[in-house]
Amino acid sequence: MSTTEERHDALRSLLGAWALGACPSREAAELERHLRACPECAEEAARLREAAGWLALDEPLDQPGSLRQQVLDWCLARRPAELPVPAWGVPYTAETAKLDALLRDLGPEEWQEVADLPWHGGTGHLRPAEVLCHLAAVDGYLALALGLPDPVPAGPGATPAPAERRVPPQEPAAHPPTPRVPPQGGPYAGITARTARLTADQADLPPQSVRARWRRQTHDLVRSAALAPQGNTPVDYGFAVLPLRDAFVDRAFECYVHGEDVARAVAYPYSPPAPQHLRQMVDLAVRMLPRALAELRAARAAAAPAGAPALPPGAGQGGRRLRLVIDGPASGEWLIPLDGPESGPSGGEPVASMVLDGLELCQLAAAHRDPDRLPVGEHGDRAAIREVLHALPLLSRP
Amino acid sequence: MATPDGAPRWDEQLQRRLARGEETALGELYDQLAPMVHGLAGRILADQAAAAQLTREIFAHVWEHPEDFDPAQGSLRSWLGALTHRRAVERLRVRRAAERAPSGGPSSGLGAGLGGGRDGGEGAAEAEIRAVATAARMQYVVDSLPQPLRETIAVTYYDGRTYQETARLLGISEQAAKQRMRLGLELLATELADERARHDERHDDPHGDRHDDPHGNRHDDGDGGT
Repeated sequence: MSTTEERHDALRSLLGAWALGACPSREAAELERHLRACPECAEEAARLREAAGWLALDEPLDQPGSLRQQVLDWCLARRPAELPVPAWGVPYTAETAKLDALLRDLGPEEWQEVADLPWHGGTGHLRPAEVLCHLAAVDGYLALALGLPDPVPAGPGATPAPAERRVPPQEPAAHPPTPRVPPQGGPYAGITARTARLTADQADLPPQSVRARWRRQTHDLVRSAALAPQGNTPVDYGFAVLPLRDAFVDRAFECYVHGEDVARAVAYPYSPPAPQHLRQMVDLAVRMLPRALAELRAARAAAAPAGAPALPPGAGQGGRRLRLVIDGPASGEWLIPLDGPESGPSGGEPVASMVLDGLELCQLAAAHRDPDRLPVGEHGDRAAIREVLHALPLLSRP
Repeated sequence: MATPDGAPRWDEQLQRRLARGEETALGELYDQLAPMVHGLAGRILADQAAAAQLTREIFAHVWEHPEDFDPAQGSLRSWLGALTHRRAVERLRVRRAAERAPSGGPSSGLGAGLGGGRDGGEGAAEAEIRAVATAARMQYVVDSLPQPLRETIAVTYYDGRTYQETARLLGISEQAAKQRMRLGLELLATELADERARHDERHDDPHGDRHDDPHGNRHDDGDGGT
């Protein structure tokens, strides 16, 4: 074969890259000289360049976030599902779809933006793909509980994180359970370690591949959940065990919060959860509150000087309750036990009432609001209300 | 890479799950294909409400009749793309006919508007429909390229990389990157030629593929009667 022919073939193989504007200038110049002399290549070049011209198109209409629910409702009204998504799984499907729609539109620079993820112990700084690794790593607890593969690669052999313990699903786990080790570096060490491992594992992937993996897992989780509609399967987070139905609401909540963190970083609008989903999130936060209150008191007791009273005035009497009234679209009413769930009979009038917007309560529980600056309607024992407001952000995690 | 080429299996599994009435299958179908369906509808109809309406109908059709999809004839994506495209263009024609009818004279019905000559407004409107439809069609073809080709082109073109950078990023040889780009564009070019041939055929037959829709007529009468 002559060198001219070899050159012809080599240049010809470049035509696709050239039409996409993806040749370094020296190669492009050489190819363009060749095109003037070679009608065969010139013809193909023209065709491919024209085809490439159709790649640059105007953006389609924005897809309104509410469209998904509208379309699904429309379909389900025509043909009811035989295997529906359990009500406790719906917020998760909606929030993951919303985040996915935001990410679909991100350009390469936006994938490089760093989002601030505040929680009560500090602020994380993650790029969108790292946020996805974080979400997927924690979603992995649910995957394990449902018998799905863990997305997080195994940790360094000697010191498996407590998160690695498997909660046996319906059938025995393939690996023997790792022995329980005390969490190192606080209750959230497992989450932090898993996030770090998954982030390292996916660091070299294009962001859209990270997105595709996260999305696949969210779909698999909901599909498995639909087969366990009772939602009783325990999910072990390392620092707490939640039934699956609560874990899904928790994951929907975190997905919403971090979705909004990402949206803020790239200056996109992000809509709040649908009212009925917000209500499920408020309900979960309220049910978790007694734990946070205990944590708050323990921290205050530890910080108090010796001899000072460890409990706030009024605490320890047992059975006190606070009425929480949520207004706004997710309106409802809850009675919060202030002295722990098993603190004696809970009779009598609540010691205080507070009125709060549901979204604001969720933002506070995510440590995205200052408890002292939140607009709250108050009635009754002011100290009890302050305590609840300061306990809520303790529900947040890295 | 992230999604090994399991496209046909995904289609058929999803079809079975839809037939069984799994709501999660409907959700996944929507999440996978709504951007394409709604995007295609939106590009052709250029109207938020009409695009949303068509999107609802398309998904309801698949949910109610999953058996209409024949995996032997191509992917679920291409079937749904063709269905959306066809219905959107039908609507656009009806709308254009309705817009044109009043200028054709007070008594000109829908039939007169459609059957009119190919000169002037009619020709321009038809050319516009053709351009919009071609653009939408091509976007859809890009979206439905095989994953490795689509990914290579997207990473290169939308992110402005050289083929060497793309090869490194995707962990493939430079030769493979160049081949994928050339093959992907070849497929687009072929589709583009087909699309134009289709339009030319239609253009030669002014009555082909046209639809009389009473809705357009009713609106015209309402406007003209005041």
